[in-house]
Amino acid sequence: MKKPPFTTLVSRAVVLPADDVDTDQIIPARFLKGTQKTGLGQVLFADWRSRPDFPLLQPSAAGAKILVTGNNFGCGSSREHAPWALVDFGFRAVIARSFADIFKGNATKNGLLPVALPEAACVRLELAIKANPALELTVDLDKERVSLPEGGWISFSIDPFAKHCLASGLDELGYILGFADRIKAYEQR
Amino acid sequence: MPRTLFDKIWDAHVVAEEAGRPAVLYIDLHLVHEVTSPQAFAGLAERGLEVHRPDRTVATMDHSIPTNGLPIADDAARTQLRTLAENCAKHGITLYDAESTNRGIVHVIGPELGYTQPGMTVVCGDSHTSTHGAFGALAFGIGTSEVEHVLASQCLLQRKPKTLEVRFEGALREGVSAKDLVLAMCAELGVGGATGHVIEYTGPAIRALDMEGRMTVCNMSIEAGARAGMIAPDETTFAYLRGRPHAPKGAAWNAAIERWRDLRTDEGAQFDRTVIIDATRIAPMITFGTNPGMGIPVTARVPSPDDAGPGERAALAKALLYMGLTAGEPLLGKKVDVVFIGSCTNARISDMRAAAAVMRGKKVAPGVRVLVVPGSQDVKRAAEAEGLHEVFRDAGAEWREPGCSMCIAMNGDMIEPGQYAVSTSNRNFEGRQGKGGRTFLASPETAAAAAITGKVTDARTLVGGAS
Repeated sequence: MKKPPFTTLVSRAVVLPADDVDTDQIIPARFLKGTQKTGLGQVLFADWRSRPDFPLLQPSAAGAKILVTGNNFGCGSSREHAPWALVDFGFRAVIARSFADIFKGNATKNGLLPVALPEAACVRLELAIKANPALELTVDLDKERVSLPEGGWISFSIDPFAKHCLASGLDELGYILGFADRIKAYEQR
Repeated sequence: MPRTLFDKIWDAHVVAEEAGRPAVLYIDLHLVHEVTSPQAFAGLAERGLEVHRPDRTVATMDHSIPTNGLPIADDAARTQLRTLAENCAKHGITLYDAESTNRGIVHVIGPELGYTQPGMTVVCGDSHTSTHGAFGALAFGIGTSEVEHVLASQCLLQRKPKTLEVRFEGALREGVSAKDLVLAMCAELGVGGATGHVIEYTGPAIRALDMEGRMTVCNMSIEAGARAGMIAPDETTFAYLRGRPHAPKGAAWNAAIERWRDLRTDEGAQFDRTVIIDATRIAPMITFGTNPGMGIPVTARVPSPDDAGPGERAALAKALLYMGLTAGEPLLGKKVDVVFIGSCTNARISDMRAAAAVMRGKKVAPGVRVLVVPGSQDVKRAAEAEGLHEVFRDAGAEWREPGCSMCIAMNGDMIEPGQYAVSTSNRNFEGRQGKGGRTFLASPETAAAAAITGKVTDARTLVGGAS
């Protein structure tokens, strides 16, 4: 069950200026009563959508595949509906100061690349995007770097196995099942 | 080489580990509920895979199930619950369904039925799985893809997290509970302060807690961002487990105890980090903001963004705006609309007793809605055997069927926009208890006190003699 491989992403970006964005904001629990993982983009940030200044619904944000945000993104609930909703909305990468553990793991399993960058780099990106919403960023997974608005690159790091899975579209379950004999042996100790 | 409790459990569960790859970690107990499992079962079906160890998988209905009894009016919830029932029947998984006399919140029934045991690895598609760490288990929440992995293989791919010792020196003061202790820790560490770490709680204040208090503490480990929280098992743990339906019996029990006694951090073992908190200084706590790290003593004033560090100023200002609070105002005396006593944090029998002790013989303040939701049918029966339901009902509170209820507001129980609730649950995120609702997290004692006075109240001033 391979997923489309993640290579290099070139896209405009939208800035969500908030820290500790929890998964209850990304998708409120009342939208978790389904049994499918599709179609959740329309309730992404459902309770923030009515705010007139909500960045994701500004015309300039249309088509942006990169979200730029604060620290500890995705904290709280383990709901994988959060990355499902982000991906369904159109995002392929989230650039943040830091990520919550469960969200980060859930994101990479759904082809959504979590990119943690230092505060200063995030601020530079945010200012540049604010000045020019049409600015395109390049997220280069292979070289683990993001283009800077004034030219040049900033590096990020990613777990090598998560990178391998994203880049190849490899599915983790296939990898685990490759150890079926070892699992059986473990169970028979 | 001396090892931590975490290291011992981790080492015992690594099935395989290739260079540069995460470990293949064996999972002893997989807990399943209706919300985060349907897509995992569907994935399994798409691949034509079976559940590898249905005997190590236990399911319950808690999140979307209503707490006002059957039948279930909500079509979506009914479909989700039926889907779980079908999946469990198809794969031979034990399910505590809507009519089961042992059904309840997954993190209440796991320990209660003796499924959760020291030294185990326990996972569930739910971040509050950390609760089970109270037994000296390595227990953590996972996403739905990982639920599918565990269903198919009983294993997960995991990088070894770092370890964080949180040591509580001294004893808690009279009138201060396990919930206050963990809210104080969340305030100290911050909502992301333990990210990437497994916490081991140590120190005399932890040892003095009963199992239900320890579960309350471990439950909220995730609210500081921790991967898991754990407490080494001791006589308190063994006494709790002895005789539980799924705990070992006879000779197996004696052998288990021998094994479990070794489950503690060795003298000289190194944690990646240690934080020491003076338990004697912890007061009854309450949150004022929109994450569990924004907590203060119930008698304190709302902090000012001006006094916060530059990194926290904007978040604090945003939180106060959402909560409709002003910097410097006291929370004591703040009018509340709803009181919720329940959730995987505080819906066990000791929580019911603590709330009932405050409410006994008193009436709920006019205009306040009070929901008391036991964590399981077992808790409900135990509470009713003691007459606690009459205490709550006589006071004017609603006594409901078990479930996650108002903690997650996806089952019909919720607060209205703008309303204030004092809740014994674990999250005060924007809209967590209903769109536009405002949550103050606190202990059962503090919540019950608010029910009686209709205001944020220091329970010690109500019950008298406690302070």
